[in-house]
Amino acid sequence: MALRNQSKRPSRTVLILLLLASFTVITLDVRGGDDSPVEPLRSAAGDVFGPVEEATATVVRPFQAVPEFLRTTGALRTDLERLEAENSALRGQVATSVVDRNRADELDGLLESSRSTGYALVPARVIAIGPAQSFSSTVTIDAGTRSGVHPDMTVLNNDGLVGRVLRADRSTATVLLIVDAESVVGGRLGSSMEVGFLRGRGVVGNKGRLDLDLVDNAVTPGRDDILVTWGSMNDAPYVSGIPIGRVTSVFSSPRQLSKQAVIDPLVDFSALDLVGVVVKGNVKGDRAVINASESQTPRSGVG
Amino acid sequence: MVVFRALVVTMLISLAVVLQVTLFPHLAYEGVAPNLALLVVVAAALVRGPEFAAVLGFLAGLAVDLAPPADHVAGRWALALVVVGYLAGRIRHDARTSAVSAIIAVAASSFVATSVFALSGLVLQDPTVPVADALRVIPVAVIYDVAITPFVLPLMMGLFRSLESRRQVAY
Repeated sequence: MALRNQSKRPSRTVLILLLLASFTVITLDVRGGDDSPVEPLRSAAGDVFGPVEEATATVVRPFQAVPEFLRTTGALRTDLERLEAENSALRGQVATSVVDRNRADELDGLLESSRSTGYALVPARVIAIGPAQSFSSTVTIDAGTRSGVHPDMTVLNNDGLVGRVLRADRSTATVLLIVDAESVVGGRLGSSMEVGFLRGRGVVGNKGRLDLDLVDNAVTPGRDDILVTWGSMNDAPYVSGIPIGRVTSVFSSPRQLSKQAVIDPLVDFSALDLVGVVVKGNVKGDRAVINASESQTPRSGVG
Repeated sequence: MVVFRALVVTMLISLAVVLQVTLFPHLAYEGVAPNLALLVVVAAALVRGPEFAAVLGFLAGLAVDLAPPADHVAGRWALALVVVGYLAGRIRHDARTSAVSAIIAVAASSFVATSVFALSGLVLQDPTVPVADALRVIPVAVIYDVAITPFVLPLMMGLFRSLESRRQVAY
């Protein structure tokens, strides 16, 4: 009890020291930029927390579907029917398969969607999602440098572009989603091949949209026009030809020179699960790399 | 004994940080998940006082800042939780009188923490977040934190209390 009475008037020293410590960490991290002294700490924390998050995600995954039972509404059913119609081929496989088979099919979809582009993919699952209180849309995936994943690699799933790798630890990597307010992606309109820049709005979920600024102000994108990436130098951070989304509305104001379009991303960011990281074809890692061109080789060899 | 207590507290912080990014995103409302690390700090503040809670807040905040998928400037949650730990510790004699006052303490702490974090982001231009977005997220965060308080706070306060009584026996 004597102890507690002593602490009735708390000393300010502890508070001031801790505040100073916080400011020091912030300053070190801000001033240091990409090679800040905090970065090794961050990657160490990633190595420690990554596997723990991975294990927890494995435990949690079977219970993910439970809230779905409660909120199966008419709207969700309509969505489901529309999607099923669109993916009738996939639906057939899904309906007749067990869960593991479904996952293999998701991988197949991933493979199919990137077959024409010929990119090699490292499959990974989303294991942690940053809360909106942190104001950045990032997720953790369960593939890291051990699987050949490195910063500034493109991340996609079987619907389209997901984002890019910000940093990679040994067994996990952090991915910046394209809906993040800090994300800028170069996009090309499918119909006119015109280029523009896509910015996220920082909103995940059904209302997640992207803003497109077109370079050429004479072009008016059509509704439902598809948008693909136009690619960066050396394929980092974005490879070319990955579908991003569809145009939902176009507007222009006298103040601005270029027209602006609102893009509805193809990927459902609130239900991210299986994703693929684009890697160089000959990468060696702890897991199998999906390589469309390699899987076709035996066939062409026979012919 | 000291080692044991430090180990339990470390485990508690790690558990809170990991659950916050793995389990609770599935229960999130508009992306806002409850801030478990904050509840750990408030519980510590109500039981042990401002100094202990401020130190714990610094460590828990640093864990939130560094554990993946965090991408903001490190030290921002640490700053927010130090402030919260200290403030909640100062009002603990009032806050412990009833369940309602404890919940008000949590609501105030959640508001302060999320605001300090958002403000530090505005100052540093870390993610360039419009103020309107911050104002939209903060009330949801406060409500969500309050909503899980009855399930989490008594449990954690009990844990800190039993750790404290062990300490007194040890002395």
